[in-house]
Amino acid sequence: MYVELKNITKKFGDYEAAKNISFGIEQGRMAALLGPSGSGKTTILRMLAGLETQDSGDVIIEGKVVNDIPASERGIGFVFQNYALFRYMTVYDNIAFGLKVQKEDKNKIRERVMELISLVGLDGLEKRYPNQLSGGQRQRVAFARAIAPNPQLLLLDEPFAAIDAKVRKELRTWLKETIQKVGITSIFVTHDQDEAVEVADDIIIINQGNLEQIGSPVEIYKRPKTPFVAQFIGTSIVLDDLSGFKGFEEMEPGQKVIVRPEFVEAFKADNEKFKGLMHAVEEGVIEKIEFRGSYLELTLKVNGVSLTTNRSLERRSVAVGEKMCVLLYRVYAFDQSGAETHKNKLLKGIDVEKL
Amino acid sequence: MKKKSENVVKWILIGISVVFFLLMLVWPLFEVIFRAVADGWETYSAALTADNTVSALQVTLIATVIALVVNTFFGVVAAWLVTKFDFRGKNVLSTLIDIPFSISPVIAGLAYIMTFGRSGWATPLIDKINELLGTDISLVFSVPGVVLATIFVTFPFISREIIPILHAQGKDEEEAASMMGASGFTIFRKITFPHIKWGLLYGMILCTARAFGEFGAVYAVSKARGKTFTLPLEIDALYMAGSSDSITQAFAVSSLLVGMAVIVLVFKNIVEYKAKKKEEE
Amino acid sequence: MKKGSVTKTKSIIPGFGMTMGITVAMLSLLVLIPLASVLAYSFRLSWQEFTELITRPNVVQAFVTSIFCALAAAVINCVFGVILAWVLVRYDFPGKRLMDGMIELPFALPTAVAGITLTKMYSNTGFLGRALERAGIGAAYSKTGIIIAMVFIGIPFVVRAIQPVLEKLPESLEEASTMLGASRLKTFRSIIFPEIRPALLTGFGLALARGIGEYGSVIYISGNSEKNGTQVVSYVIMQKLNAGNVDYEGAAAIALVLLIISFLMLFAINIIQHVASRRTNA
Repeated sequence: MYVELKNITKKFGDYEAAKNISFGIEQGRMAALLGPSGSGKTTILRMLAGLETQDSGDVIIEGKVVNDIPASERGIGFVFQNYALFRYMTVYDNIAFGLKVQKEDKNKIRERVMELISLVGLDGLEKRYPNQLSGGQRQRVAFARAIAPNPQLLLLDEPFAAIDAKVRKELRTWLKETIQKVGITSIFVTHDQDEAVEVADDIIIINQGNLEQIGSPVEIYKRPKTPFVAQFIGTSIVLDDLSGFKGFEEMEPGQKVIVRPEFVEAFKADNEKFKGLMHAVEEGVIEKIEFRGSYLELTLKVNGVSLTTNRSLERRSVAVGEKMCVLLYRVYAFDQSGAETHKNKLLKGIDVEKL
Repeated sequence: MKKKSENVVKWILIGISVVFFLLMLVWPLFEVIFRAVADGWETYSAALTADNTVSALQVTLIATVIALVVNTFFGVVAAWLVTKFDFRGKNVLSTLIDIPFSISPVIAGLAYIMTFGRSGWATPLIDKINELLGTDISLVFSVPGVVLATIFVTFPFISREIIPILHAQGKDEEEAASMMGASGFTIFRKITFPHIKWGLLYGMILCTARAFGEFGAVYAVSKARGKTFTLPLEIDALYMAGSSDSITQAFAVSSLLVGMAVIVLVFKNIVEYKAKKKEEE
Repeated sequence: MKKGSVTKTKSIIPGFGMTMGITVAMLSLLVLIPLASVLAYSFRLSWQEFTELITRPNVVQAFVTSIFCALAAAVINCVFGVILAWVLVRYDFPGKRLMDGMIELPFALPTAVAGITLTKMYSNTGFLGRALERAGIGAAYSKTGIIIAMVFIGIPFVVRAIQPVLEKLPESLEEASTMLGASRLKTFRSIIFPEIRPALLTGFGLALARGIGEYGSVIYISGNSEKNGTQVVSYVIMQKLNAGNVDYEGAAAIALVLLIISFLMLFAINIIQHVASRRTNA
């Protein structure tokens, strides 16, 4: 492990920001600390940086315990939530600051700063002040400033929170590519699951100071370990009782389950493709149709509960009140201890996703 | 219809304001000038060059400069402490710093007399120190006493101006700079100072004005005319002498302070204007 | 991320120990210890002596005069302060900038200068004083004079407290009220006044505190007559410090009461402020 937290705890008065947190990140990876606001993720990042001090536990970087090493000597680049650009300095001076503090050679500083300016695509803007830049440009300056002294590790606190939704997507791709180009190990904090899934190699899910799960985006999506993760990642509906559904008769009444739109298939009775599955379908009535831009979201009343599913616009059109065949082929069953996948028993041997 | 009655109200309010303004603020200024030169230029310049006046001007300048330096230093340090760190008792500390602002200056003078005066508890201590150093410094009824009283009444002037600015600015920038290994002094000079520049200057102007004009606190600890009197005390002495000549002299000396007040106001307005422009940028 | 009250916070920003040390040391040496001396001095008196001292007719009279005049001046300042601030923010007229720039004159002008000038203006040696006298108003050497001086020194507090609030108040608020059919008076009373009330209270409090403790600008115009009840508290304290009849214990006792009154008033205003803000934020 390149960066490691071991049994970290931190309290602010009554508020527990970290409860015995341990995890590690391999060199060169990009990790996301994901969780709802107030979950403690920013505090964890700040403890890593040395901006906060943990009550107990160790922070280890490159095999060295850095608990007593001040933030400025940990070799970490930090991008603050609102970038914390020095408002009275130009773009150039902002990026050069860390190098100047280290008393680098003037020509070397110039060279490095100009290299970074062109890396982040801000050529020609070096004499501007932060308030003369757009949100996206500011983020680029903050990024360049953080990596200017060649840190071993880059930490980013909600790097996209201050940016318009429109530009955000574009910046995500840009940041991911640039970090890969630089090749630096990095960890960023976010509350936005799309952002984490899209940018990170590893996702660390934090809730109420607890580490819920760590893994690749696909892993977390496919195999959520806790009810929280199952609900937090992806859209989902929670049902109390599934024993009335075909193929799930074995499940105990009262067993809570999570159903995602992807687990539900709805088709018209005359659909040839699903002919072989008719023994497993339930009957549903369309309650609501919502247009989501590139697909339709259908809400169907099935066995007295509402389920949602997404429908491609390429398929035949449907109408509210129309009767549909509904196939539920997978759910997450969960209790206090964790979540596990349950497949529809009647679909043994049939891989619905391949149809 | 409506428009017209609105206009009437507008001009009535402006009228009231102008009358109040002229009567309360403008007239007194002219009254001072008028009375200062009532007996002609010769009397006027004689009053200004009298030994007592010159001595008072010196004491006033000494007290003002020292108070300005001490309070600027304190104000910056205290503002940094209150806005960049979280600690228990911060609110209490902020309140305590503001005390001199809300209490009678006479009490300030009294407080120093009761600490350093003949029967003050700290007097034996001061005597010991004097003995040790072979000096003869007295902290009341002396120039140092005047300086101390002046410092007291203007104590929170600078911190009051910069604390709100630093609060609004937050501490992200300082954190980012320390993260990169900058020293406290570098952070202050390069990051914090540019933010508070104008506020600091504004606070210093207010501090100067108050230090120049302080009366009650200084009056309590300064009794020797021609030695420890400041300009306001000299004006008081001349005025209380009661003859029409000395009253004219009192106004002549006052005109100096009026000139100072006008300069302070002009300066203050320039600073405010610049700060506002900077903010709008 | 929220931060509660933290006992030990190690901030990354340097200088905590140093700034804390300097701040506490300077504050203690220059302000707190001297003020504590006043307290210590007044404790040299027994309770009987203390009460006897502060219930002397001239002392009680002085307190009544100081508080009454400071209250009256603060109220007057609130009225004129609101008008001035309104006019300065909302209207354009020739000389406005000059007026705006001179509001702080009372801060910049030494109180002794203001004191003797106002005295000469309003006594029978001045044009204004003579005019008032003919109208049967003796302004100088009376409580009216004291109030005039306190209005002079207090007006900037009120104007400067309200002005920023009015500037931020969107005109659309008034327009909305007018569109709904409210009269201008009603609009002011129920829309604008509640907005400026907290700032007005702050200004009122500052002007009041300044008035109660004021010395320089008041002592000339008041005449300091025990018979007419025109001695203010600061004057009475100062009398006890003058050579000839030095009475430090007495001065300390009166100063202590004055301090307590000032703090109680500020405290009361803070409470009102707090209650009012809770009501609007609820």
